[in-house]
Amino acid sequence: MDWDIVIDFLLLRDPNVRYVVLGSVLIGASAALTGCFLFLRKRALVGDAIAHAVLPGICLAFLVFKTKNPAILLAGAILTGWLSLLFIDWITNKSRIKTDTAIGLTLSWFFGIGIMLLTAIQKTGNASQTGLDKFIFGKAASMVDQDVFVFGGLSIVVILVIFLFFKPLKLISFDRDFASSIGLPVGRYDFLLSTLTVLAVATGIQAVGVVLMAALLITPAAAARFWTDKLKRMLLLAATFGAFSGIVGAFISYTTPRMPTGPWIVIVISVIAIFSFLFGAKKGLVVRQVRQQKMQRKILRENILKLFYKLAEEDGQLYEQRGVDQLTNRRFFIPSQLKTGLQQLLKENLLEKADLDYRFTEKGVEEGKRITRLHRLWEMYLTQYLKIAPDHVHDDAEAIEHIITPEIEAELVHQLEMPELDPHDSTIPYGEKLPNKIKD
Amino acid sequence: MDAFLIILTGSLVAICAALLGSFLVLRKMSMVGDAISHAVLPGLVVAYLVSGSRASLPMLVGAALVGMLTTFLIELFHKKFKLQSDASIGVTFTFLFALGVIMVSAFTGKIDLDQDCVLHGEIAYVPLDILVTGTVLDHLPYTVWVLLAATIIVVGFVYIGFKGLKITTFDETYAASLGISTAFWHYALMSMVSLTTVVSFEAVGAILVVAFFIIPAASAYLLTDQLKKMLFLACGFGVLSAVLGYYLAATINGSIAGSMATVAGCLFVITFLFSPKQGLLKRKKPLSTKA
Repeated sequence: MDWDIVIDFLLLRDPNVRYVVLGSVLIGASAALTGCFLFLRKRALVGDAIAHAVLPGICLAFLVFKTKNPAILLAGAILTGWLSLLFIDWITNKSRIKTDTAIGLTLSWFFGIGIMLLTAIQKTGNASQTGLDKFIFGKAASMVDQDVFVFGGLSIVVILVIFLFFKPLKLISFDRDFASSIGLPVGRYDFLLSTLTVLAVATGIQAVGVVLMAALLITPAAAARFWTDKLKRMLLLAATFGAFSGIVGAFISYTTPRMPTGPWIVIVISVIAIFSFLFGAKKGLVVRQVRQQKMQRKILRENILKLFYKLAEEDGQLYEQRGVDQLTNRRFFIPSQLKTGLQQLLKENLLEKADLDYRFTEKGVEEGKRITRLHRLWEMYLTQYLKIAPDHVHDDAEAIEHIITPEIEAELVHQLEMPELDPHDSTIPYGEKLPNKIKD
Repeated sequence: MDAFLIILTGSLVAICAALLGSFLVLRKMSMVGDAISHAVLPGLVVAYLVSGSRASLPMLVGAALVGMLTTFLIELFHKKFKLQSDASIGVTFTFLFALGVIMVSAFTGKIDLDQDCVLHGEIAYVPLDILVTGTVLDHLPYTVWVLLAATIIVVGFVYIGFKGLKITTFDETYAASLGISTAFWHYALMSMVSLTTVVSFEAVGAILVVAFFIIPAASAYLLTDQLKKMLFLACGFGVLSAVLGYYLAATINGSIAGSMATVAGCLFVITFLFSPKQGLLKRKKPLSTKA
């Protein structure tokens, strides 16, 4: 690699580089921001449809006004982009055609019309049409100051509007019914959001082209979603991802001969996304698996303690020592898991070793009581409030006992008025300290 | 003769696409079909590089593999990574398409794909142009041969696999209880979709083949509740679009494939407005199929 070129790029010495970087960053950020809302409303592919649908608009604008003025072509693009949205809504609302088919149908129909018009324009031999396809299919690397002025300016407008209307946009994305119940003009904000999307798409295809535009919208949002549950952070992250891949894409195409900018932007953002799917702090595969493992260990631990308590109830000996065989005779455990579970309980000082066997510590008794109590309280709740037959409540309680928090426990005790017996007439063991009653 | 050959080519594509597209529409997988048609690009490039020619067999194998890979990735992102399904489709096909474009740029000169056209984001564009300027006429018999073979394969697939496709489309649980593998028919259908995309590539382009997949099938869906009738109607709509599209293109001197897609869309709108059962203008009561 030629280091001079790298340094040239990093110092933004070349004015062309400055335009390309600035343009890619702004376009990437604004597309990512609008994409987050599309993503959350599960309308990600609508963005793809809009991207294809701007083509006939650009051709029509050229046919009518005979100019390549970016503003006029953009107006045409926005018009048909909007029409495609209306068309999708129209056919999904008025027929049994499903959303996915409606999107695919609209996308390919509008695109077909666009291609037809474009070829017809090219056949006219009108010299002024040259480069029309470039405008349409996008070429970030050849952006000049005038383009950056128009497209960058529009991107800034999109970003600002999202910033200004963050609250209502958030509301209509998450809870439309609530939004309209507090008197928010949902329809008007829908319109605003759609307009922003069409704007972001119409400017974004300049950078990556019709086909890859969907990536600028969807992929940063998808990546960001794996890191956070907060919309503000998600927007910030998505915009950063979008802008960052814009810079890296521009860098690669500047330093490597013949490499296209747009596809590299998409590759970078896709790699970020796949990394996030795996390692994202909130929903990433690794985090989820760790969480799952922790939960499984907790369940195992609690099942062992519950069994100890059950055996103690039966023979009346709380601190009797019990062997592995006695445990496995009563409940199925995978032997290796049971072993690690017992080790864990020893370490936590809930059980203690007695010869080769195990027995409760005082702390262990309390914990065993607690789990048994939760199990039986839940069984009571199911029979009393949901009217489920007593012989049908055990499995459900088996699952739920591990996730009942002290607050829910207190509420259960309160609602059931501290019952003494469960539906199977076993005593519900309460601890030394009674659970705090919820304040009335 | 030219007109006949072009219409024949269009009709063959239309028939393959309509048959498979009907199942895509019914399975709510239209956008997966769209994704596959974009994502075959890297498969094509690899096939070019490996075989060094446009020979059809490596292309078909490459395409079928990438078709399966696309489906697999979409499922992986959705099921394993818990990404919502629409985003999973979008992320997958843009990623693969971008990969394909970059491969085309990197191997310029070694493969017979126009770099400029791919750079601009639309692989479908060059074959379209050729079709209109007439140079494709030299290749047309070749294309027709390939398409004929593909049509026989696709029709055979749908004919032989009709029962499996039908049951897995409408009732997965019932299919499972009969021991019919949903996954098998899923992947079989997807490889047929990629095969059709590849053979239609030269004639109508990777993106416009989506129009042939979805639009005639959607029109047919508005006219009947029976799968067999829907398949025949979809083929009818497809062929009609090919015929009318050709004359539209001739009239305005534009892309033939683009015109065929345009006509298909217009036929859909007409059906949408006037269909006896589902039509917007004929319907008095709200649809029973919608809650």
